[in-house]
Amino acid sequence: MFQKKRNTFHGGVHPYEGKELSKDKPIVKAQPGNLLYYAVSQHIGAPAVPIVQKGDHVKAGQKIAEAGGFVSAPVYASVSGTVKGIEKKVSAAGSPVDCIVVENDGLYEKETFEECPHWEKLDADTIRNKIKEAGIVGMGGAGFPTHVKVSPKDPSAIDYILVNGAECEPYLTSDYRRMLEDPEKVIGGLKIMLHMFPKAKGIICIEDNKPDCIAKFCELVLPGDNIEVLELKTKYPQGAERMLIYAATGRKVNSSMLPADAGCIVDNIDTVTAIYQAVRFGEPLMSRIVTVTGDAVQNPCNFEVPVGMLLSELLEQAGGLKNEASKIICGGPMMGKALFTMEVPVTKTTSALTCLTEDEVSALAPSACINCGRCVSVCPGQILPARLSVFAEHGEEEKFLKYGGMECCECGCCSFICPARRPLTQEISSMRKVLLAKRKKK
Amino acid sequence: MNGLLHVSSSPHARSKVTTDKIMFAVLLALAPAACVGVWNFGLRALLLIAISMAVCPLTEYLYEKGMKKPVTIADGSALVTGLLLAMNMPVQAPLWMPVIGGVFAILVVKQLFGGLGQNIMNPALAGRCFLLISFPGHMTNFAAPAAAHLVDTVSGATPLAAAKAGEQVNLLSMFLGNTAGTIGETSALALLIGGIFLVCIHVIDLNIPLIYIGTELLFALLFGGHGFDINFLGAHLLGGGLMLGAWFMATDYVTRPITKKGQYIYAVILGLLTGVFRIFGNSAEGVSYAIIFTNLLVPLIERVTVPVGFGRGGKKKA
Repeated sequence: MFQKKRNTFHGGVHPYEGKELSKDKPIVKAQPGNLLYYAVSQHIGAPAVPIVQKGDHVKAGQKIAEAGGFVSAPVYASVSGTVKGIEKKVSAAGSPVDCIVVENDGLYEKETFEECPHWEKLDADTIRNKIKEAGIVGMGGAGFPTHVKVSPKDPSAIDYILVNGAECEPYLTSDYRRMLEDPEKVIGGLKIMLHMFPKAKGIICIEDNKPDCIAKFCELVLPGDNIEVLELKTKYPQGAERMLIYAATGRKVNSSMLPADAGCIVDNIDTVTAIYQAVRFGEPLMSRIVTVTGDAVQNPCNFEVPVGMLLSELLEQAGGLKNEASKIICGGPMMGKALFTMEVPVTKTTSALTCLTEDEVSALAPSACINCGRCVSVCPGQILPARLSVFAEHGEEEKFLKYGGMECCECGCCSFICPARRPLTQEISSMRKVLLAKRKKK
Repeated sequence: MNGLLHVSSSPHARSKVTTDKIMFAVLLALAPAACVGVWNFGLRALLLIAISMAVCPLTEYLYEKGMKKPVTIADGSALVTGLLLAMNMPVQAPLWMPVIGGVFAILVVKQLFGGLGQNIMNPALAGRCFLLISFPGHMTNFAAPAAAHLVDTVSGATPLAAAKAGEQVNLLSMFLGNTAGTIGETSALALLIGGIFLVCIHVIDLNIPLIYIGTELLFALLFGGHGFDINFLGAHLLGGGLMLGAWFMATDYVTRPITKKGQYIYAVILGLLTGVFRIFGNSAEGVSYAIIFTNLLVPLIERVTVPVGFGRGGKKKA
């Protein structure tokens, strides 16, 4: 059957990338401070249940909280030290979450991990279990437990394993550095996934603003690997799951479908690396790459950060602020969360800390919609943000649903492009939250 | 860190294009045609433009002050309305006409419907139609270009009216603009320059002007009674308000459908109606009424062109 390969999607925007600030900075290890805070809820699903007591001694890589259900993930200590108890800390989203506090003894004693050099002899269920035990979640930002993703109803219906190396979010370079510095681990992780789904083909998807990564993977992937390196057009939000699937396979996934319904599993670069570490070396997920960047930061850089470290400590290690920051974002400017404090612990899904001297949002007040249609032409969900935001504002739920409001992926393109500076994404997303909560109740 | 941090929900980045920049781009794009108008018709044209461009923002200012609303004249939309209104008037129009037209356009058509973005008709065109109905004599008193150095064969009647009466017209002077007509509509060249400028800077899309003009020409070809007559079709293309209307008024954001599909339907209706008015109507002109009327159909068009969303509709996957 004729199937045209698209390497992009409909809509999207080109915000200022800002990647040059940190893209050439090799990953360095961040030094954790005295206290580490492990949030029990670092993923979508039930919070993890603490299994350590105050006063317990823990080693790096020791499980400190157990998965609280099937859609949940365990949490591991990233340093050795003493458990100080459970304390509430503000999360990046701004709400307090329970955190297990560990006092770092500075010795970094590690748990012994069970290596497995011949993972190709393991069956899919054993690998799935290893992924589950390692506490791996989608590290692109959503934090969906990976073992759930790799447990589709019909494993034989999976045709594609997509590795998401688009990194379309402005300023972020954590995936870029990972691809450049650890491409073998990425390929290794993908091979493990392909081993679990023998009928599937692997595609490593990278935007064309990272030609060095594309070249590296093309060089490392062998002809018999069943892996394709796909160059995608650079456009935000290319890394959004549904847009990535469309660009790579031409298949369309709507809001009520899972990628597996279209025969696809999509995993982020860091997630695939974590799968490799977990299956090959038995290492649980204890650290991740975080980009500290923005025009207010002294030395923008990429850190390998132990989970549980505070963002304020991380910023200090990047030299602190050189200019006064007016906005500090956990994540990138398009989908990240603005912080009011930096006493926020790094979680498995923290991809960046972006400190900006100028807040573009408060620079200009919203004005009347002139119906220019820019939001419509950039919307990757192909809906009408201008209309939906009005329905949301007026609480017209029926119309909101009729106009496909649930198809919104909250990428922020409409708010970005709006010449009247209207908070379209924000209005639509709050209405979606209300409707999703109602749907759950039913 | 001393100052408090700004907190808002994502996205935190904003494009540099804002409403006022778009409005000023439109003013800039209208400038060539307005200049040709002043060159052709003399300083009186400039005076009419100045009055109209002063009255429109002033009306908006007074209304908003009076209603204790935030004053929005800095967005430039009232200036655009003012300029378009003047460009839609003949140079012989009395000086009080842009005042009445401007007040009507801004007060009744724009502000009483809720201000910028809420009007259901293009304010400048509604102002023009209001004047046309109230003072038909003044509004159809077209003078030939006054500039002494320009010699024009058509005087009094617009070339489009001449073509309707079966006369041959000079297409080159229609293209350049030294013919009779309203201040801003005569020069197809200057309007094209402005229109293409707006397309290049992504303020408007080609779809509405091209489909509108294409449909109108097709209609004139089929029902004009002249068959494939270059002179007649050329008069339809370059004459009357088609160029000004298609590039600058049919593309008005507020009063055209928001989806591409809706815009196609809208442009086709515009072309058909303009053709009907021009060929079967009393007057040779039909652009203004066609646009105003189609503006009113936009809510209906939008109702039937609601998109289904990415991955929705089409064949259900088994």
